[in-house]
Amino acid sequence: MSVESPQKIDTSKLDKIMAEYNYDKSNLIAILQKVQEEFKYLPENAMTYIGTKMEGLSPATVYGVATFYAQFSLEPKGKYEMKCCDGTACHVRGSMPVLNAVKARLKLKDGQMTTDDGLFSVETVSCLGACGLAPVVVINGKVYPQMTSDAVKIVLDTILSEGN
Amino acid sequence: MTDKKTLMIDGKEVEFTDEPNLLEVIRHAGLNVPTFCYRPDLTQFGACRMCVVEVEYPNGRTMINSSCTMPPECGINVKLNTQRVRRIRKTVLELLLANHDKECLTCEKSGSCELQKYSEEYGIKKIRYPEKPIEEYLPIDDSSPSIVRDPNKCILCGACVRACTEFQGHSVLGFANRGSKTVIQPMAGKPLGQVDCVNCGQCAAVCPTGALTIKTCIDDVWSEINNPEKKTVVQIAPSVRVALGEMFGLKPGENTIGKIYAALRRIGFDFIYDTNFGADMTILEEAHEFVERLTKGENLPLFTSCCPAWVKYLEDQHPDMLSHLSTCSSPMSMQSPVMGKLVPEKLGCTRDDISVIAIMPCTAKKFEIIRSEHSRDGHQDTDHVLTTQELGRMIRAAGIDFDKLEPEQPDSPYAEYTGAGTIFGASGGVAEAAVRTAYKYATGEELKDMDIKELRGTTNRSKSVQLDIKGTKVIVRVVSTLKEAEKAIKEIKDGTANFQMLEVMACPGGCINGGGQPLSYDNSNIKCERAQGLYKEDKELAERRSHDNKSLQKLYDEYLECPGSHKAHELLHTTYIDRFQYSYKNMNQ
Amino acid sequence: MATLKIDIKQEQLKAQEEVKKQGLRVLVCCGTGCMANGSPEVIKKFEALGANVTTLGQYEKMTIVPTGCHGFCEQGVLVLIPQTHTVYVKVKPEDVEEIFESHIKGGKPVERLLYTDPKTNQKVQRSEDINFYAKQTRTALANCGHINAENIDEAIAVRGYEALANILAQNDPDAVIKEILDSGLRGRGGGGFPTGRKWQFTAANRGGKSYVVCNGDEGDPGAFMDRSVMEGDPHKLLEGIAIAAFAIGADEAYIYVRAEYPLAIKRLRRAIKDAEERHFLGEHIMGTDFNLTIHIKEGAGAFVCGEETALMASIEGERGMPRPKPPFPANKGLFGRPTLINNVETLANVPVIMLKGAKWFSSMGTETSKGTKTFALTGEVKNTGLIEVPMGTTLREIVFDIGGGIRNGKKFKAVQIGGPSGGCLTEEHLDLPMDYENLTKAGAMVGSGGLVVMAEDTCIVEVARFFMNFTQHESCGKCVPCREGTKQLLKILQKIVAGKGEMSDIDKLEELAHAVKDGSLCGLGKTAPNPVLSTLKYFKDEYIAHIRDKKCPAGVCTAMKKVVIQPDLCKGCTKCARTCPVGAISGTVKQPHVIDQSKCIKCEACLKGCPFKAIVLE
Ligand SMILES: Cc1cc2nc3c(=O)[nH]c(=O)nc-3n(C[C@H](O)[C@H](O)[C@H](O)COP(=O)(O)O)c2cc1C
Ligand code: SF4
Ligand code: SF4
Ligand code: SF4
Ligand code: SF4
Ligand code: SF4
Ligand code: SF4
Ligand code: SF4
Ligand code: SF4
Ligand code: FES
Ligand code: FES
Ligand code: FES
Ligand code: FES
Repeated sequence: MSVESPQKIDTSKLDKIMAEYNYDKSNLIAILQKVQEEFKYLPENAMTYIGTKMEGLSPATVYGVATFYAQFSLEPKGKYEMKCCDGTACHVRGSMPVLNAVKARLKLKDGQMTTDDGLFSVETVSCLGACGLAPVVVINGKVYPQMTSDAVKIVLDTILSEGN
Repeated sequence: MTDKKTLMIDGKEVEFTDEPNLLEVIRHAGLNVPTFCYRPDLTQFGACRMCVVEVEYPNGRTMINSSCTMPPECGINVKLNTQRVRRIRKTVLELLLANHDKECLTCEKSGSCELQKYSEEYGIKKIRYPEKPIEEYLPIDDSSPSIVRDPNKCILCGACVRACTEFQGHSVLGFANRGSKTVIQPMAGKPLGQVDCVNCGQCAAVCPTGALTIKTCIDDVWSEINNPEKKTVVQIAPSVRVALGEMFGLKPGENTIGKIYAALRRIGFDFIYDTNFGADMTILEEAHEFVERLTKGENLPLFTSCCPAWVKYLEDQHPDMLSHLSTCSSPMSMQSPVMGKLVPEKLGCTRDDISVIAIMPCTAKKFEIIRSEHSRDGHQDTDHVLTTQELGRMIRAAGIDFDKLEPEQPDSPYAEYTGAGTIFGASGGVAEAAVRTAYKYATGEELKDMDIKELRGTTNRSKSVQLDIKGTKVIVRVVSTLKEAEKAIKEIKDGTANFQMLEVMACPGGCINGGGQPLSYDNSNIKCERAQGLYKEDKELAERRSHDNKSLQKLYDEYLECPGSHKAHELLHTTYIDRFQYSYKNMNQ
Repeated sequence: MATLKIDIKQEQLKAQEEVKKQGLRVLVCCGTGCMANGSPEVIKKFEALGANVTTLGQYEKMTIVPTGCHGFCEQGVLVLIPQTHTVYVKVKPEDVEEIFESHIKGGKPVERLLYTDPKTNQKVQRSEDINFYAKQTRTALANCGHINAENIDEAIAVRGYEALANILAQNDPDAVIKEILDSGLRGRGGGGFPTGRKWQFTAANRGGKSYVVCNGDEGDPGAFMDRSVMEGDPHKLLEGIAIAAFAIGADEAYIYVRAEYPLAIKRLRRAIKDAEERHFLGEHIMGTDFNLTIHIKEGAGAFVCGEETALMASIEGERGMPRPKPPFPANKGLFGRPTLINNVETLANVPVIMLKGAKWFSSMGTETSKGTKTFALTGEVKNTGLIEVPMGTTLREIVFDIGGGIRNGKKFKAVQIGGPSGGCLTEEHLDLPMDYENLTKAGAMVGSGGLVVMAEDTCIVEVARFFMNFTQHESCGKCVPCREGTKQLLKILQKIVAGKGEMSDIDKLEELAHAVKDGSLCGLGKTAPNPVLSTLKYFKDEYIAHIRDKKCPAGVCTAMKKVVIQPDLCKGCTKCARTCPVGAISGTVKQPHVIDQSKCIKCEACLKGCPFKAIVLE
């Protein structure tokens, strides 16, 4: 058949998550969040499976929901998930130079989100609610306050040297 | 007596009753505002903002809102063409065009495209915004046998998504991404031909632009006609006769079959037959099958099988229920092999020398003809399917003044038909026709009252009737749209189903509202008028039961023997496959 | 009157007893900001020290109380000792021992850790004396930073759930609505719609299933007041929701929290569980027939989901695309049922109003806007943070008194208020009393209360571009004016910032902005052009400077900068010519070098490298 399956997945994990949420379509976002936690991203087959199994949904609708919300990633994310805030408070206090320093340090090209070695993925977000500490960077949930381009380089160097 | 409800449109008082929105009130008053995303049979979406009006409240407050989503209110003054709302509409058009592949000359939709129409009406002369760069163009998807999807012409009105969801219930098309990156596409951008689209064409029927169009085979048909080595054999489906006239300014529901025969002859088709004949044939086979299953108590309820969209749906979604499907081919796919066999015999030539063409209200028929079950001896039973729309365009291209044509007669013998055959085109018609004959087969007597009113009507998508066949109670259920079909299936799976026969047509109201019919974006009444045209013909025909079709009787006597015979099975029946197994949705392959 | 199975006054006394048992309370801020600055380590240090303490002066023991945000995050970690009215700022784990030895045991405050007033350079001990706090009136935020958000007793001790108990005892939902109407409370989520009226509309549909939805999406970049309430005083929010549900006759509520707030989600979950155990929520609340189940729904990263109809779509598990109104949520909302939707801060005001009365509340504020409002004060001010002031406070008071003025001695230029839906205000508005009407008239908006202060070196056109970039990025894509219009607006702004603008672009911007405002389906599109329109109104000359003179008056827009070598300073060392990645510099040894502007990409590498500082940015 001409349709190739992108990736074999363990559907029993998905069954469990869907059961936990009663196969209820209004819980789709929570289900996708759980799936993303499990796989670190949303594999296409997982979305297809959920869209097939849950009443009132189709693969295309699930995909539509997944691609609407910024939190969902259709590609595997890096080991270190880095969020650079570019909300208003951070922006006026210089978040762009910080982001540029990050991109330069990690050798990310324009539009590239994850480093070639899959270690870091970098995204910009609008406000992490820590505006008092602007500009802010979050790496795997840890908040780094009052960043500058030099400070963020030190943060990255430390992570990189700590061995991975 | 309740008080009259009134509002003002541009200062003139207008009465309203139960209109769901301001737009309908405006239209009932004989006025109009432009729309892209509003489709009367679908939920309101309010996305395109073309239908905006300025509403002035009695207290002097004014606001701008979309008339297609706003409920009418007493006492308001609705202004349709103020500077502000015209500026919005013009801006919308200009913004859409900046992002649009403006290739009208080569566009399938040109002439019936709403974007084109409003751009002309609003005098858009120049697009002042930078246009979408070529790199951002997306590939055209022509993988489906029925529909061509050109994302570069999509204005994201969402009508197709709503049609697919609200009619067919399984959202083959969906929105993806957000903001200016939003697109309409099948799951993860897969080709339409590889997902579980049933090819019903309802999405294309509501699409205001050339983003979803019917895959045309007009050129192929012209070459067949112009090929001196070939004889063309054509058949016309029931519902085409009450719709085609609309493309030439005639009233919906007006039966133009005589003119159609004439036009086909003018275009150059050699043998002109009528699918109504095939419909009568289907009834003989299906009634026979139904009575047999009833007697044996097997595979009930029986599902009708003349709608290829429904058949594919069942194969995709419920392969475990395929045994319920009647093994009868559709009228078209019964008639084609008969013609394909007997016409060459009569002409003394081979199948290679003729081309079998069907004119259908239906885009899914384009898929049906390429199914391997409908090929024999290296030939498709039907070579080409033209939709009503395509036929209309051929008539225009041929320079024929359709409404001035004198009606003509078809060729013999595969064109004689009864009222039962003609009502096939409306939801409920197949069941009604089948009952007329099944009653005879089961009891040996004729059904007295042939009008089964409970099964008629195009707005009610789920109907049923209980019949008394000489003491045996039989419930016949009729649904249109696959969303309703799914409910019926659910009842069967839950064990709550009480019916023995299920007629399914995928298009809301049946084939008279098929995806290949003339476009009618704004008028949800058209399908009723078309259906009435069919019931009118049924009433007027001399014979109204399929088993009274003389030519058909002769065909059985001379060739097919009897309904359900071995020969009939070979030519007129078909088989089905489990499509889920091969689908991208099957995780175990 | 209904009799309750719970005597709230009794509960309060018990809870106060519990709190008293804590001895000396040492509050350590555990809001997101201070956590990032290391409050967990500070707490660990304190706990290590405090475990074996027997004598503490007058106290038998001490208890470390993790609290929510104090609003002064920039100064974190904040440590408060309420019994001696002391606030310590920027506390590091290594400071803990000194606080403990010197202050807690020795009674002598640690001078060096006190806040320094930026104006007087004096150390300030008491929070009431810190200008940042002195000018505030904390109502919604009253308990934030003063109680342990994860301990329901602390909430009860400060009269938590008392209002709910009174209301249930009185059993008159209409009286509740009347009180809220009389208070003049207006929606704090942005629109400023009278809350009492909204309750009335929804209550008109009493009888069937209906819902309360609390909007905790707080997507406005640069605002974090709702977060502070949810993290710092979750029980107040729950009580507000319960009162609203009782008033409109709902038995189910949802709190929609944005995914970026994991701590808020955790604390709310905990609070709901605790409240249910005490029968303050759940079935038969306080022994009455009133039931209420509160669910938490996590957002997944979409600003538009703050819009009420999009939010409901999101709760229903769909793409967060707004739905046209009417029908309004009060008639047809969540799952097609009547729904009351209110913002976090709005609901957090409810219990206080019910306790202290509508009169008390409406005595604060202006004619049309009552009570207090929280603002997230950020940008170029000395004191950034979360503040709460009476409606009608002037910008001057906020920026110069509370905010302490502009940082680094720069000059005030403008404030952007109301986030991406708001607008820019200038010098001339400094004395405008801020309320819903005045701000709207001036072309801005209260919005969620984001208040970004900009100094002379902020480029206004760049700020307009920034907000447009945000809204264009966050547009849901449903309707044409917003989806396509914001894209084109952004393109024009980008063009201007890049120095490629044409004078006709100004008219084009203005015309398109109006069409987008008029034509869009939801509030996002309807307000997205505001930053453009207000900056065009007040700073047109800056636009013209960018377009006609190709100059950025604030010196921000890099495209308009030129890297030039000053011939009199250049010694001709050739270093720059060798450094330049694009070969834009030419010259011979010992001769002044020159930069070919058509080649220069403004990477500034030469500038940084010149040993004689001969290269400058103009
Ligand atoms: C684009 C957009 C974003 C919004 N974001 C929020 C938000 O983050 N939080 C909020 O409470 N209201 C937000 N609102 C306002 C809500 O739609 C709604 O009016 C509000 O929650 C009602 O509560 P209130 O009457 O208590 O203010 C937003 C509105 C729009 C148009
Ligand atoms: S979709 Fe309409 S406007 Fe676009 S190219 Fe086709 S006919 Fe022209
Ligand atoms: S309308 Fe104009 S552009 Fe189009 S085909 Fe005719 S002449 Fe050519
Ligand atoms: S043809 Fe029918 S099934 Fe296929 S996408 Fe269109 S509406 Fe859906
Ligand atoms: S494909 Fe057609 S119907 Fe579907 S959203 Fe695009 S323009 Fe509308
Ligand atoms: S209902 Fe008729 S037109 Fe529609 S898909 Fe079925 S057969 Fe085709
Ligand atoms: S205004 Fe923007 S966010 Fe709102 S519905 Fe339209 S496109 Fe979506
Ligand atoms: S590096 Fe400085 S001093 Fe040396 S050539 Fe360049 S500008 Fe002149
Ligand atoms: S700024 Fe960069 S590109 Fe320009 S002259 Fe200096 S080194 Fe070369
Ligand atoms: S703007 Fe960056 S944390 Fe709020
Ligand atoms: S918004 Fe009314 S027709 Fe599209
Ligand atoms: S297939 Fe012939 S009538 Fe529908
Ligand atoms: S988080 Fe500690 S003061 Fe805001």
